[in-house]
Amino acid sequence: MRSKNPQKDQDKLKDIARKVRRDIILMTAEAGGGHYMSSFSCVEILVSLFFGEFHGDVNNPENPDRDRFVISKGHAAPALYAIMAECGYFPVEELKTLRQCGSRLQGHPVKHRLPGLDTSSGSLGQGISTAVGIALSAKMDKRKFRVFVVLGDGECQEGIVWEAAMSAAHFKLDNLIAIIDKNNLQISGPTDKVMSLGDLKAKWEAFGWAVFDVNGHDMANLQATFEKIKSVKNKPIALIADTIKGCGVPFIENNLHYHTAPLNEEELKTALEYLT
Amino acid sequence: MYNFSHCSHTRDAYGHALVELGEEMPNLVVLDSDLSGSTKTAKFAKKFPDRFLDIGIAEQNLIDIAAGLSLSGKIPFVSTFAIFGCGRAWEQIRNTLALDNLTVNLVMTHAGLSLGGDGATHQSLEDIAIMRVIPNMQVIVPADSVETREVIRYAAKTKGPKYIRISRRRTMDIFQKGEYHFNPAQYPVIEDGSDVTIFSNGCMLRESLKATQELKKQGISAKVINLHSIKPLAKEIIISEAKKAGAIVTVEEHNVIGGIGSAVAEVLSQNNPVPMKIIGVNDRFGGSGHVEELYRELDLTPEHICRAVHEVMKMR
Repeated sequence: MRSKNPQKDQDKLKDIARKVRRDIILMTAEAGGGHYMSSFSCVEILVSLFFGEFHGDVNNPENPDRDRFVISKGHAAPALYAIMAECGYFPVEELKTLRQCGSRLQGHPVKHRLPGLDTSSGSLGQGISTAVGIALSAKMDKRKFRVFVVLGDGECQEGIVWEAAMSAAHFKLDNLIAIIDKNNLQISGPTDKVMSLGDLKAKWEAFGWAVFDVNGHDMANLQATFEKIKSVKNKPIALIADTIKGCGVPFIENNLHYHTAPLNEEELKTALEYLT
Repeated sequence: MYNFSHCSHTRDAYGHALVELGEEMPNLVVLDSDLSGSTKTAKFAKKFPDRFLDIGIAEQNLIDIAAGLSLSGKIPFVSTFAIFGCGRAWEQIRNTLALDNLTVNLVMTHAGLSLGGDGATHQSLEDIAIMRVIPNMQVIVPADSVETREVIRYAAKTKGPKYIRISRRRTMDIFQKGEYHFNPAQYPVIEDGSDVTIFSNGCMLRESLKATQELKKQGISAKVINLHSIKPLAKEIIISEAKKAGAIVTVEEHNVIGGIGSAVAEVLSQNNPVPMKIIGVNDRFGGSGHVEELYRELDLTPEHICRAVHEVMKMR
């Protein structure tokens, strides 16, 4: 989605982001559960990817040359589903089946149920490790596709994240891009209080990655960073995206009460007003 | 006919089979966790360095990288010691490999008590239980080098996740090269008999066969069946043997909880209950020692099998 008018492009992306947030709120309200706060913090990351840098293949989801996308923070499934519907992977109406028995839209993504997913995820840390394997296959087969993976900052407490990080640098996987959705909160409190992650940037750098800071809600900034990373060779790439958990609806932002609690009717109405 | 003194390393047979398959299948890849010298994947690594990945001492990452490779159409064989591959990375195996029925072959070595001297931390007496409980997972324990080769070839050409359990020890040569074909739905009869049927596999076939020799002297005719595929389980064979013999003994180098004894009991109790005894490690950890010493300490000798046969026949 590029035209000669960058401002117009940004406005269009913002419209999509608003619609995606509406869909997230509506589908989680219908389901009576689901991680809308964690979904909100990565909406701009996903929109700027799916309507920009990421080259999936909606018509042939098994195309071996397509880019791959892994939502390692699988609890943000509602955000991914909303984007996939927006891209045409399945009808938007299907979003309201989220978390229902027999639905293709499981509480956490399950690949064999939903064509277009590149792997299942939800058990934290496993997505990035699987992404390393997918990126390795591209190198082995000399294919040009790239693997994008979105992690939570709390997720970086999992040991396997660092096993995966070490191996991606060892194998020089410059086709692997990890975006860390750093919203500073996890289910029982601020990451700093629960289990401090210390200097995340320094950690990823020390593991041999090319690391970039980015404002995770500024899509112009995200897209400019996606351009910048193209010059990185022989190293995997990490974007530390500063985000706000629940971003987009002021009374939800940074309010851990809403980590999983469903919105009541009044709250839902107010939330939707912010998103029109 | 078998000979108790003809033994070989099934690990070597695995290594050779990988090299053979590597020639035939360009999409076959092998992953290891810093133990390729012991698991014998080093043979493949030497021949096909571009298709071998050492993931280092990181079993969780080992499994999910294999998953990623499988998602891109590769056929991964993954090896390390059984306790670490199955135990440390169990949840990766469940949530990434098995949930989507990915084709990944976990060929874990040094299972059971076979890492004698290294002691309890390196021995694996729970692996069959924790692998067979996972939906989609196939679980196979080859008996000897010939069967190992056949099982590895079967695995390379069959979809879905599989756990193949290999010992560090040399196992008794039972099958003839070129004459044996592995089929998970057919359990080979290693020794025929009519009074009682012993189901066993892997290293314990030797102990079971030794027991039958002793039993013969006592006028008891025991059949020994190689129950190589624990999942899928050939239920009809188990039921039919129970009907014929009316008494069953299972013998395994594994905890008595959750292994082949449990698998057989699950079938018989619901279909054709007959007296049954389970020979295995009685819910204990192993320890350092020569494997034969450990077998004595943990009640896994031919004498223990004979005693179980007598008991089960009395219950009939």
